[in-house]
Amino acid sequence: MKKLLMASAASALMATGAYAEDIKMGVLLAFTGPLESLAPAIADGAELAFTEATAGGKFLDGTTVTPVRADSTCIDSAAATAAAERLITADGVKGIVGAMCSGATGAVLANVAMPNGMVMISPSATSPALSTVEDNGLFFRTAPSDARQGEVMADILMEKGITSAAVTYTNNDYGKGLSDSFAAAFEAKGGTITINAAHEDGKADYSAEVGALASAGGDILVVVGYVDQGGSGVIQGALDTGAFDMFQLPDGMVSVTLEERFGSDIDGSFGQIPGSPAAERFAEIVGGAFDATSTYADTGYDAAALILLAMQASGSTDPAVYKDAVMNVANAPGEEIYPGELEKAMDILAAGGDIDYVGASAVELVGQGESAGSYRMIEIQDGKIVNVGYQ
Amino acid sequence: MDFLNAIVALSNFVLIPAVAYGSQLALGALGVTLIYGILRFSNFAHGDTMAFGAMVTILFTWWFQSMGLHLGPLPTALLALPFGILATAAMMLATDRVVYRFYRRVKAKPIVFVMASIGVMFIMNGVVRFIIGPEEQSFADGERFIISARDFRDWSGLDEGLAFRTSQGITIVTAVIVVAALFWFLNNTRTGKSMRAFSDNEDLALLSGINPERVVMITWLIVAALATIAGVLYGLDKSFKPFTYFQLLLPIFASAIVGGLGNPLGAIAGGFVIAFSEVTVTYAWKKVLGYLMPESLEPSGLVQLVSTDYKFAVSFAILVVVLLFKPTGLFKGKAV
Repeated sequence: MKKLLMASAASALMATGAYAEDIKMGVLLAFTGPLESLAPAIADGAELAFTEATAGGKFLDGTTVTPVRADSTCIDSAAATAAAERLITADGVKGIVGAMCSGATGAVLANVAMPNGMVMISPSATSPALSTVEDNGLFFRTAPSDARQGEVMADILMEKGITSAAVTYTNNDYGKGLSDSFAAAFEAKGGTITINAAHEDGKADYSAEVGALASAGGDILVVVGYVDQGGSGVIQGALDTGAFDMFQLPDGMVSVTLEERFGSDIDGSFGQIPGSPAAERFAEIVGGAFDATSTYADTGYDAAALILLAMQASGSTDPAVYKDAVMNVANAPGEEIYPGELEKAMDILAAGGDIDYVGASAVELVGQGESAGSYRMIEIQDGKIVNVGYQ
Repeated sequence: MDFLNAIVALSNFVLIPAVAYGSQLALGALGVTLIYGILRFSNFAHGDTMAFGAMVTILFTWWFQSMGLHLGPLPTALLALPFGILATAAMMLATDRVVYRFYRRVKAKPIVFVMASIGVMFIMNGVVRFIIGPEEQSFADGERFIISARDFRDWSGLDEGLAFRTSQGITIVTAVIVVAALFWFLNNTRTGKSMRAFSDNEDLALLSGINPERVVMITWLIVAALATIAGVLYGLDKSFKPFTYFQLLLPIFASAIVGGLGNPLGAIAGGFVIAFSEVTVTYAWKKVLGYLMPESLEPSGLVQLVSTDYKFAVSFAILVVVLLFKPTGLFKGKAV
C-alpha cells in the first residue's frame, strides 16, 4: 500500500510538474552572406540570455539549455529551410531564435516552422510583409517592422502641430520604404505631403533637388537619407538657399556628423533612432564579451529571453503550449523585467505571477506579435543632439 | 511685388546654382577639350585629375590653416591653389612621360590612348583614396555667404530669400578670369598660336618647325591648371569626395561634346547648356508661377516637367539630340 502510494505520488509528480531536462534551442542566423558581420553579436546576445536564464537553476526546475547554431544565410531561402529542417528533425530543438533576413524568415516560417509547429522569434526581420503573414501564432519578432518608424514620425509631427511636410528620400529600398510608410501614415492623420522626391547618394550637387523641394514648400523637410551621403547635401542646400530651416531626421540621419556639419544651423530640428532606455543596462551585463551596441544584438537577447520566459510561464517546453504565453510575458500587466533580471522573472513566473518583459530593446509586442519598436527621440539644441525621451 | 518675388525665387533656386555649376563644368570641359584638340584623345582620367589637384590643395589648405594663415573672408584654399597646380602639373608630366609618350611614339590609335587614360584614371582614383581617404572632406573656411537668404529677406522685405555663397561668387569670377586668360594665351602668344596650329594640322605644324614635345608639355601644364582650379572650385562650392569627381566625368564629357570637342568656346557654352538643362528642366515651377499668375490660375500641382531623378537623363538626352543633328557639336568642333 505504502509502495503504491509512493508510486502514484511519483507518477503524479511526473505528470503534472515539469522536471529537469536538457533542451536544445536553435539559433538560426545569417552567419554567411551579406549580413554576416551582424550575426555573431546577435547569436552572442541570444546565448547570453540562455546562460543567464538557466544559471540559477530556476528555469523549469533546473532545465538546462544548449544552443545550436545554424546558418540561415540571408539570400538563399533553400539553405535557410534546410538548416531549419535539420534543427528540428536532427537536433530536436524546442524553439528557434531566427531567422535573420526577412526573405529567409518567411521561407522558414512557411516551409518548416508551420508544418512542424515550431515557435520562431526573429530578432531582425523587419519587412512589413511579415506583419500579416499567416503564422498559426508561431511567429514573433523583437524587431519593429520598417513601417513602424513612419508611423512614429507621423505621430511626432502631428503632436508638434505640423501639418504639411516635404519629403526627400535616398533612392533605395530603405528610403523608399520609409518615406512611403511615413507619407501614408501622415496623410491618414490629416497631414499634407507637398512632394515626395528621391535624391541619389554620392552626388555633390543637390541644387536641382532642393529647388523642387523649395518650390513645393511645407512646414518642414523630412530627410529620409544618410548623414554621410546625400542627406547632408540636401540639408546644406536647403539651408543655404533658405528653403527650409527645420528638418525631421530619421535614423539614418542622426549621428555626430550632423553636429559637426551643421551645428546650431539646424536648431529645433528633431528626429528619432531605434533605441531603448535599457540599452545601458544591456551593455552592462554584456561587459566586454561582445559588442552590445551591434545592431540587433539587443533584440537577439530579447528573442531568446522571451522563448524561455514563455516556457517558464506555461510550464512546458512544447511549442504548441508555450506559444500562447509569449504575448503575455512580453506585455503588461506585470512586473517590468530589464536585462540582467531574468532570474528574478523566473521566480515570479514560477510563483504564478505576471511579468512585463522590457528587455534590452523595450519589447512591446503588437499586432500578430511584432515589436512596436522603441525610438529614442532627439532634438537639436544649441548645435548638439539632445535626448528628449523615448517612444 | 509678386513679380520681384518670382524673380528672386528663380534666381535663388535656378539661376545662381546653374551659373556656378555651369562655370565648374565649363572649366572641366575646357581641359577635356584641349586634350582632345591637341593630343587627340578623350582623357577619361580628367575627373580624377581634378580630384588629385583638389586633394593636394586641401592638404596645403589644412597645413596653412594649422599655421594660422588665412585670407580673411576668402577661403584659404585660394592661397593653396598654386601649390595644388604645381603638384598636379608635375604629376601630369610624369604620367605623360611614363604612359602617353610611349603611345605617341608608336603612333597608337586614339582608342588605345583612351584605354590607357582609363588605366591612369583607375590608378589616380586609388592614389587619391589612398592619400586622403574615400570620405567627404571639408576645407572651406572664411565667410560663407556674400548674401545670405535671411539677410536678403530682411533687407528687401520680400517673402523670398536670395542666397549667394562666397564659393559661388569665387567660382564665377575665377572662371571668367581663367577663360579670358586662356583665350588671350591661345590667340595672342607664340606658344598659343603654335598649339592651335598643332591642333589644326599636325603635319603642317611639324613642317613649320613647331616642337611637338613642347606643345604637348604646355598642354599638360594648362590642363593641370584648369583641372586643379575646376576641382578646387567644385570642392569649395559643394564638397570634396573622390567618388563625386569620378561621377563628374559624365557631365563634363557631355558639356565638351555638346559644345564641340576640341573647341574651347564650345566647352564653355556646353558647360552652361548642361548645367542649365539639369536644373531648369527638373525645376518645379509651382512657386514661381504661383507668384506670377492670378490667384484663380495658381497651379495646384508641382508643374515639374520631369522628376529630379532624371537629372542626368536630361543632359544625355541633349547630348543625343545634338549628336544626331549636329555631330560636331554646337560650335564646330572636331568630328567625334
